Amino acid sequence: MSGRMVADKTVKYILFISAFLSIVIVLAIAYFIFRESIQAWTEIGFSDILFNKVWRPGQDQYGILAMVVGSVAVTFGAIVLGVPLALGSAIFLGEIAPKWVQNILRPAVQLLAGIPSVVYGLFGMVVLVPIIRQIPVKGNSGYGLLAASIVLAVMILPTITSIAEDAIRAVPNSYRSGSLALGATRWQTITQVVLPSGRSGIIAAIILGVGRALGETMAMIMVIGNSVVFPKPLTANPLTLYLSQARTLTGNIAVEISYATGVHESALFATGVILFLLIIIVNASARWLINRQSSIQTTRQ
Amino acid sequence: MNTTKLETKNYNLFYGNFHALRDISMQIPEKKVTALIGPSGCGKSTFLRTFNRMNDLIAGVRTTGEVYIDNKDIFSIDPVALRQNVGMVFQKPNPFPKSIFDNVAYGPRVTGMRDHKKLEEIVESSLRSAALWNEVKDDLAKSGLALSGGQQQRLCIARALAVQPSVILMDEPAASLDPIATLKIEDLIHDLSQNYTIVIVTHNMQQAGRVSDYTAFFYTDDTRTGRLVEFDETNTIFTNPKDQRTEDYITGRFG
Amino acid sequence: MINDKPISRFQNDSTMMKNLKVRNTTQSIWFSIMWIAGFATLVVLLLVVGYVIVQGGKVINWEFLTTPPRGGLSGDGGISTTLGTTVYLVGLTLLIATPLGIGAAIYLIEYAGEQGLTSPVMRVVISITNFAVETLAGIPSIIFGLFGYALFVSTLQFGWSLLSASLAGACLVLPTIIRTTEEALLTVPDDYRRGSLALGATKWQTLHKVVLPAALPGIITGIVLSVGRIISETAVFFVTLGGSHRLPTSIMNGGRTLALHLYYLAMDTNAFDKAMGTGAVLVVLIILINLSINVISTKLTAKVRGG
Repeated sequence: MSGRMVADKTVKYILFISAFLSIVIVLAIAYFIFRESIQAWTEIGFSDILFNKVWRPGQDQYGILAMVVGSVAVTFGAIVLGVPLALGSAIFLGEIAPKWVQNILRPAVQLLAGIPSVVYGLFGMVVLVPIIRQIPVKGNSGYGLLAASIVLAVMILPTITSIAEDAIRAVPNSYRSGSLALGATRWQTITQVVLPSGRSGIIAAIILGVGRALGETMAMIMVIGNSVVFPKPLTANPLTLYLSQARTLTGNIAVEISYATGVHESALFATGVILFLLIIIVNASARWLINRQSSIQTTRQ
Repeated sequence: MNTTKLETKNYNLFYGNFHALRDISMQIPEKKVTALIGPSGCGKSTFLRTFNRMNDLIAGVRTTGEVYIDNKDIFSIDPVALRQNVGMVFQKPNPFPKSIFDNVAYGPRVTGMRDHKKLEEIVESSLRSAALWNEVKDDLAKSGLALSGGQQQRLCIARALAVQPSVILMDEPAASLDPIATLKIEDLIHDLSQNYTIVIVTHNMQQAGRVSDYTAFFYTDDTRTGRLVEFDETNTIFTNPKDQRTEDYITGRFG
Repeated sequence: MINDKPISRFQNDSTMMKNLKVRNTTQSIWFSIMWIAGFATLVVLLLVVGYVIVQGGKVINWEFLTTPPRGGLSGDGGISTTLGTTVYLVGLTLLIATPLGIGAAIYLIEYAGEQGLTSPVMRVVISITNFAVETLAGIPSIIFGLFGYALFVSTLQFGWSLLSASLAGACLVLPTIIRTTEEALLTVPDDYRRGSLALGATKWQTLHKVVLPAALPGIITGIVLSVGRIISETAVFFVTLGGSHRLPTSIMNGGRTLALHLYYLAMDTNAFDKAMGTGAVLVVLIILINLSINVISTKLTAKVRGG
């Protein structure tokens, strides 16, 4: 074998190892996070971690339910606030906006996605929190689920907008012309044909937004107040739940990991395991929907 | 003499600076089949889309001249209303990813029909008119995409009929079909011409000869601007064309 | 076969016109709402970016950029060492991630196909690899942080350091680099490859003389994207980089990036003006990065169209 042939083979194996590395990293992440959490699972117990409402490491209380509720509530809030705007923008970009408007709005959405989460967090602290503090409810500090939901809504906006726009653009043009030729208006074409055909991809966009929301950390720490109380309405009005402070799963890990030791540290890794599993499920279902959509569209061709 | 259904006068169409159709004047008779033939790129499909204003949807398209339907200026009619009256069947069958029933009911529904009983009647009569009813009557809930190519195209014809247009535009409706499916579509076109004005673009000379009453020959030179060379009864065009280019094209195709 | 009496849906023209008017009005209303949604997105961006740049701009001057922060709870000083740490961290992370990411992409696009055809085992390995890259791309950054903390900081005893942070950061940006490089390689026409192979070049010679240069702009886009990702990232480095306000003198030293500095200022001090200044610097950097990506991709599309 000549020298350059040997070189060719060597290169191939080096490249193979770099490709294989991704698998190694995923397995290593799963392994290390799980390994570090074993102590918590055995010493505290599965149901105590998941269903105990109290997280008080000083008294060996390691229930993450309050944080699960915090994460779910803030994600829900962000979805309620962010999804209509994101889908509106996606429909606007994909179906309605003239070219020149698209050329302004698309880079804007891209930039929105690139802004660091701490900048959003800071904006929330300096601008949103003082405004929310004006709401006259006893115990309202401005920090809490509402501020966090608004910040998070803005952060998931670009994710949902761009993936949903892709799904809308992937709908074959022949559907649009078919509908218009039957005397449907453009809006009817969008609602009756385009959106139903792109449905899987649009739902996937929302699910990926949920994944992004569950995983967000720093901005949440900055505006949600981080108290480990179980979030509940401040008054009889259930909406004041959103004025309550809370803590997210992610925030719990980030805030305490640097000083935690022993079971406490292990419980934080257990929090990570739960988060990891949640995100894997969320992302896998989104991916499944996206694949289903593209297979539907290829069958058609 | 026949009544004129569609008419253009000195009609020109531009894509940006490109002059795609020049000075086209013709009168398309009612309840007849008119075939538009000519080499690729001569603008016959573009001309077809003039009558339901689908060209309006393409950025940069500009037109001059006059176009009439039933002696009414089509540019004065709301394009949505116009398309309810002028249906279209596309080159590639494009049923929606919906059930057969929902495909046919689509047009009536978007134009405000809610009565399910009446929708059922419309779906049945449209599918019958499109010669598809017997094949699908037990499977109306099946996806339109699950049908064969020829059935899909007949479904698209049924879908167009359900809106009750008076004109049907067909853009090479059999181009993607096998010979047997093509034959069925041709029979159908013949039947439909009793009640509808049909304008059909085709590349297939024999097809134009078989299905049409009138034929318009479009041609283009190096400028790629399409012109109408000759328009007459199909018999005359095929047996006794006045223009040398028409004769060359037709005999060339016939070999 | 033809129904003689088609079922009439509109009693007369005026009901049809009424129906049409309703539909057109509905469309106008909804289109207006969609315009508002698009416009609102733009307003949100301008509000955040505008506020941060205007407010932050007030404290930005030469001194702010060139003085180190005082550290502790004071919030005094500038951001010079955090700029330095950011540069170090970006450099070190890319040093690790770029070759691995590009290598993986080359393997997946240029080699995996032919192998996959021959061996079913390889086909499985490749689809698992693709799944792994997808999974990595979706994992939230705090999980990378936890992983980095468990493996690099604790187990391997690298401590809170540039090394731990850049290794964890490399895992984070790896999928970005792999995916963009893959896309870039896919846009290189197969004729280039065949032409070179036909001249007797080996696969690797073909790759690095012909294919990689053609894919370069796309690959650079991936790297620039990763730079942005590292500059913006906070959670991973929060738990792997320590937080010292001093400039690290070796890869075993900790430090704080601009984004981390912003976090500490906002949470531990009252220096919101300084935090805003740091935010403005970050936002400007991200805008520059986005602009350069757009310039590269415009050039890229122009080239693809031209060639």
